[in-house]
Amino acid sequence: MQLPTHWRRRGTFVLVVLCLLLTGCSSALLDPKGQIGVEQRSLILTSFGLMLIVVIPVIVMTLLFGWRYRRSNSVAKYLPDWAHSNAIEAAVWTVPCLIIAVLAFLTFKTSHSLDPHKPIESSVEPMEIQAVALDWKWLFIYPEQGIASVNELALPVDTPVRFRVSSGSVMNAFFIPHLGSQIYAMAGMDNDVHLIADEEGVYPGRSTNYSGAGFSGMTFDAHVTSPAEFDAWVENVRAADDTLTFPDGYEALAQPTEYHPVEYFSAVTPELYESIVSSFHGGEGSGHGGHGGHSSHGDAISDAHDSHGESSELESANASQQQAAIGHVTNQHAGDDHAISGHPTSIEAGG
Amino acid sequence: MFGKLTLDAIPYHEPIIMIVAAVMAIGGAALLGALTYYRKWGWLWNEWFTSVDHKKLGIMYFVVALVMLLRGFADAIMMRTQLAMAAGGAAGYLPPEHYDQIFTAHGVIMIFFVAMPMVIGLMNLVVPLQIGARDVAFPFLNNLSFWLFAVSAILVNISLVVGEFAKTGWLAYAPLSGIEFSPGVGVDYWIWALQISGIGTTLTGINFFVTILKMRTKGMTLFRMPIFTWTSLCANILIIASFPILTATIALLTLDRYFGMHFFTNDFGGNMMMYVNLIWAWGHPEVYILILPAFGVFSEVIATFARKRLFGYKTMVWATVAITLLSFIVWLHHFFTMGAGANVNAFFGIMTMIIAIPTGVKVFNWLFTIFRGSLELTSPVLWTLGFIITFTLGGMTGVMLALPAANFVLHNSLFVIAHFHNVIIGGVVFGMMAGLTYWFPKAFGFTLSEKWGKRSFWCWFIGFYVAFMPLYVLSFFGAVRRMQSYANPEWQPWMILAWVGAVIIMMGIACTIIQFWVSIRDRKLNADLTGDPWDGRTLEWSTSSPAPFYNFARLPEVGDIDSFWSQKQRSNEQLDDAPYTDIHMPRNTVAGPVISFFALILGFALVWHIWWLAAVGALGVVVSFIARVFNEDIDYYVPAAEVARIEREHEKRKTSAPSSAASDREQTNYVEARA
Repeated sequence: MQLPTHWRRRGTFVLVVLCLLLTGCSSALLDPKGQIGVEQRSLILTSFGLMLIVVIPVIVMTLLFGWRYRRSNSVAKYLPDWAHSNAIEAAVWTVPCLIIAVLAFLTFKTSHSLDPHKPIESSVEPMEIQAVALDWKWLFIYPEQGIASVNELALPVDTPVRFRVSSGSVMNAFFIPHLGSQIYAMAGMDNDVHLIADEEGVYPGRSTNYSGAGFSGMTFDAHVTSPAEFDAWVENVRAADDTLTFPDGYEALAQPTEYHPVEYFSAVTPELYESIVSSFHGGEGSGHGGHGGHSSHGDAISDAHDSHGESSELESANASQQQAAIGHVTNQHAGDDHAISGHPTSIEAGG
Repeated sequence: MFGKLTLDAIPYHEPIIMIVAAVMAIGGAALLGALTYYRKWGWLWNEWFTSVDHKKLGIMYFVVALVMLLRGFADAIMMRTQLAMAAGGAAGYLPPEHYDQIFTAHGVIMIFFVAMPMVIGLMNLVVPLQIGARDVAFPFLNNLSFWLFAVSAILVNISLVVGEFAKTGWLAYAPLSGIEFSPGVGVDYWIWALQISGIGTTLTGINFFVTILKMRTKGMTLFRMPIFTWTSLCANILIIASFPILTATIALLTLDRYFGMHFFTNDFGGNMMMYVNLIWAWGHPEVYILILPAFGVFSEVIATFARKRLFGYKTMVWATVAITLLSFIVWLHHFFTMGAGANVNAFFGIMTMIIAIPTGVKVFNWLFTIFRGSLELTSPVLWTLGFIITFTLGGMTGVMLALPAANFVLHNSLFVIAHFHNVIIGGVVFGMMAGLTYWFPKAFGFTLSEKWGKRSFWCWFIGFYVAFMPLYVLSFFGAVRRMQSYANPEWQPWMILAWVGAVIIMMGIACTIIQFWVSIRDRKLNADLTGDPWDGRTLEWSTSSPAPFYNFARLPEVGDIDSFWSQKQRSNEQLDDAPYTDIHMPRNTVAGPVISFFALILGFALVWHIWWLAAVGALGVVVSFIARVFNEDIDYYVPAAEVARIEREHEKRKTSAPSSAASDREQTNYVEARA
């Protein structure tokens, strides 16, 4: 983000003060570990500084006027009918207008530059991780690696990651405070957020959107590692005994549990994420655990965003064709569940 | 026979609930016993419950609101205690299914059953007096609105001991609030309590909209209306435009839950995003319904106690109108993180920020009203100064949340909690406390103790900062709202600090209770005999305190903003000695309480699926309403002689009083110094 230098300087100053206040930089938002988070910190501090231009004078004037014009002060001027001044009116309209104009410009610019759906520019090849909120745990699917984990996330440092985020239950939100933006996880919706980590470490992540009794335990650790260590982690997961099949294994996992332990799945049914998303589109019943588990395939997978709608729709169409095929090949469904629905529904997230 | 209702619905195994229930039962029994012993039932029924007098209804709104404040605050301190304990894997003392009900109940109660009735109560008490009217446009509807609200409050309290309350958060987001994920009766209590009180609120909105537009006294043009009346007008326009959205949204959720429909479910084409959009299309105007009248209170208070005309009256009015319009095009800022595109987010972010402009202008106008004024530092003024500082900070954090890209890391965190308490406590609560103190003598004929009022202010003011600044800090650590426990032990000191803040606020509430006690005890010494204890500027101070039931013996005529003030400046003016005329007044009605009683039965029966009882309730509502429609004996005339007698008594009291308002206040201070 290109900010005027003096604002950057002020931002840095405020940052230092805040850090001291916040018991030395242990704060996730003020000590971000990724490019998105860094830009968001800068935006927060800039807007904070801009608004202090009005806030500080207001507080000073409140105390000053309140004291100066107290009734017992006979020295102060008292003009009971003075109630209008063009100069003051002009000033009190102009100053807030100017500040809001600057903030509006910043808003427009950062809404685009920090759009969660926007891929991050990097020389490193991006990777995709799919996050599914369940009652009450996070399922992370690595489509490129063909593995999955529960309540533990690993990603290589300096690699742009596209998190595709959905839910097998109620609304949740996927958030790793150290890395930046969160995004809602909604059943039947294919949402996404692009994040990158600049520094190795273990960063706590969680659902931020209340989802029921086990919500407090919907946390996970995000392990940001070197590419080599990431490969080792993948191998470690591949060595796990369990695999995750759809729909049976998935439905067993989707049963409500609280403070679910970390789990690894050495292999998953192909297109697992797409199957979970489209399981809500059939109109025959819910696809999540414990409630019948009917699912039908073949509908277009919804596209959760505006600006990248076209490309995703292509992807979606592809995915659903593949899925229909997978449904037959893996032969895990009762006959009527395979049928490609005659009236596809497409649900748009957001606006 | 009893639907889903069995004896198991009563939570015997929950000691906390049973203790609360026992306390409520004992308190209720003591109250009922006292009413019986002192033979006050008839008085209560005839003078209060069936009254259509807007002033009495205003007082009743406030009484219920203050009782519910205690309930809502008990929830708050329980939550803070839980979070002060439940660090580093500790479970605390409240299991999730109880904690989740408490934060839901806290939000619902504080918004719908504390803030709303305080705002509506104050409008009831003040607006007709300020516009020189004898009552509202539809006095019976006013009584009905109050009772629909009151029975909803009862329904919420029933849920404490019979069954459960919603575990969904105060807005009951679908699909969590759907039958699949919330099969219990908690959400149904939420639905029917909000539907019944929401209908009451809509009726109030229509009532006051018509009252303000049609019942202003001679000479009071729109741009001579007191600012509180202006802000009430705008708040009522918002009610009329937004509450039907709430009613419709909850009705759709009801169809999902009761008839297996799929408006907001995960599957069968249901769309939870539609629910979130609709609920905030109501929810955002709602916060302005609360804050605009509070702005009005501060405007009145500051002009009166600075003994100066309000700076920039017209600017104030237009700023209020601008906020009213803008409040309808910002709702999406409550869910920037849902995944809308950058342009959509930017539009709603910028619209939200634009609201800061008229609001900022208002703040400066209050400051320039103090400038070159003669400010008496009474407790309403302290609430106002505390408001300006606190609300400005809350506005700043609001603009930070309105930046979509910043919102992506602040949303759903404790930053949001800190922000809206910053504006609701700093704005609405401070405003209502200021308004309560300011207009109390007009309602009861004596002033409230300044000493205890100031103590209450300092406790609330300091307590707010101690309780909520730590939440801003915690949000930067990544702490989110609605957590029942948290793993990171580093958060605990801040949580304990927030708990201390809540205890300080509790002391503030205690000070208010003591303030009532002390003031009622000393009511003869604090009596307001003139009707104008603060040297006021607007019409309500021109009549006696408490105002007679007909408000004005002769309807006043207005030629200016602050017309009562200018009238007092022309002190040698001849008193109006035209003969009194008969006054046309509405009769009290039993229809309001009766219809609402059946509505309560209907609501309770629907919660528990007791269909025969629901039919009884529905039939009762319809029949008692029709009975009211056919009742033609709804008004009467107060004979001129009776008016003359009441006015003579007021004149006698006035002349026995010390000559000026100032010396009246000195007497008050003397009393307090002695006490």
